[in-house]
Amino acid sequence: MKKAALLILAVTVISGGLLLTAYIENQYFYFSTYIVLQYIILATAWNILGGYTGYVNFGTGAYFGLGAYTAGYLITNFNLPLPWLIVAGGTSSAVLGLAIGYLTLRLKGVYFSIATLAMSIVIATLIINTPALGGAKGMYILRPKEVSFFSNYMELLFATMVIIAVFTVALAWFIENSWFGRGLAAIRDDEVAAACNGVPVLRLKVLSATTSGALMGIAGAPYPYYISYMEPLSTISLDMAVNSLAMPLIGGTGSWIGPVLGAILLSTTQQVATVTISSEYNLLIVGILLVGFVILAPNGLVGLFQSLLKRRTD
Amino acid sequence: MASLLEVHDLTKSFGGFSALNHIDLVVHRGERLGLIGPNGSGKTTLINCITGVLRPDRGRIYFDGEEITSLASFRIARAGIARSFQIPRPFRSMTVLENLCIPLRFAAAVKMRSTELEAAAREILELIGLGDKATASPLDLTQIEMRKMELSRALASRPRLLILDEVMAGLASSELDEMLAIFHILSGQGITIIMIEHILRAVMNFSQRLVVLDAGRKIADGSPGDVIKNPQVEKAYLGE
Repeated sequence: MKKAALLILAVTVISGGLLLTAYIENQYFYFSTYIVLQYIILATAWNILGGYTGYVNFGTGAYFGLGAYTAGYLITNFNLPLPWLIVAGGTSSAVLGLAIGYLTLRLKGVYFSIATLAMSIVIATLIINTPALGGAKGMYILRPKEVSFFSNYMELLFATMVIIAVFTVALAWFIENSWFGRGLAAIRDDEVAAACNGVPVLRLKVLSATTSGALMGIAGAPYPYYISYMEPLSTISLDMAVNSLAMPLIGGTGSWIGPVLGAILLSTTQQVATVTISSEYNLLIVGILLVGFVILAPNGLVGLFQSLLKRRTD
Repeated sequence: MASLLEVHDLTKSFGGFSALNHIDLVVHRGERLGLIGPNGSGKTTLINCITGVLRPDRGRIYFDGEEITSLASFRIARAGIARSFQIPRPFRSMTVLENLCIPLRFAAAVKMRSTELEAAAREILELIGLGDKATASPLDLTQIEMRKMELSRALASRPRLLILDEVMAGLASSELDEMLAIFHILSGQGITIIMIEHILRAVMNFSQRLVVLDAGRKIADGSPGDVIKNPQVEKAYLGE
């Protein structure tokens, strides 16, 4: 029953997104909504390792950037079509996720987080020093001139992101309701107790880190076409790591809907602020909201709703 | 009697502190073994080595004829060794029932539908006397209920060897008898039990054999009556 309702919701969102492209002419709508969709994917992906498994990751930028640069390289050298870019971007970040998964064998808590932050800097430095990826100068990407089904390439990118976002959220829902997800929850609650109760801790952690990384890479793959000019420091930015961590925390880390709500709320606020106030205020907004939620609603929006509901029924 | 667990020459140190010193131990199939010793004598370290939580510096451990010395904890749990923790370690985000479903699914590796799984978990909770707490959060349990949950969760992995690490600490006299009755039932079902306990009345009542550790060494191994009269054991507990 619930499954059917969610399936209908997924189909509605995708077809709604596709229909929008037929009606909305304003290109700025697609340009800004793309970022909101990108953050829905990143926040949901972050939550698989951070929220479900309990390993706080500051390396979102690295996974995203690796996906984006893999795609950028393949566009400039081989002119591969978008679906292939998504597969390749996802794969390269999955490999990075796999490596980070093995890192959890030795590092826990804040040490793990610091290592992911360091990894992000290493990846950025590697790209700066790789001429084939444009180095510090950056990389120009030209969008294909011809677009089938859509009136321009931005609309195609928007539709692609809608589909990826729905797929990502559906995957998170599936993980949450599977034995894989319950094993992850046991690891998050108490790793030693989980292992002594038969949970294959390392295997599940590696799988979780790989899935999370792959999804972030997939989110990065269409980015070169979106931005047209990529350079390392803005592609692999700490802002992105902080955002994709703050969104699940604000929305609620326990459930798939939390990161989605957090991403929509925070990212939309940022997009509006960029236009109305100044783009410099973006991170300030994140900081204020994060502090506010940590104090007033430590379990995020989802936790807030739940406790309100409970109070009403009691 | 055939042996179920064999520990040979087990040694473990933390920096300069040697927690276990050349420990040899055999546990027979179906046996009820009491493991006692003063605080810091190495009882919990021994359990941590057996269950794969700690890796020993030297020595070997065999379970049912197979070496388990370097196996990961989850494999040891699947092989049939379950433990309770001295300080309860519940899965906080889950209900009591869901806590039990984790070992049922992952350690006992039963391919059951979730309704069957829940029924099996409820059965264990009823046996231990926690049936009315199935949907409660572990955070709302009293200390005694928490210990009962630890025991239930250990049972849910359907162990052949059950290691109880001070599961009765802080229990009132009547509750103690209730718990002992449960352990006798489990023992009657063929589960081998190692009981670590400070409450001497419980250990003496329960154990067929008593092993005493002191400062990482095994200083006594025999029938409870003999061991308790052993002058070395007296010295370890009371000093000279």
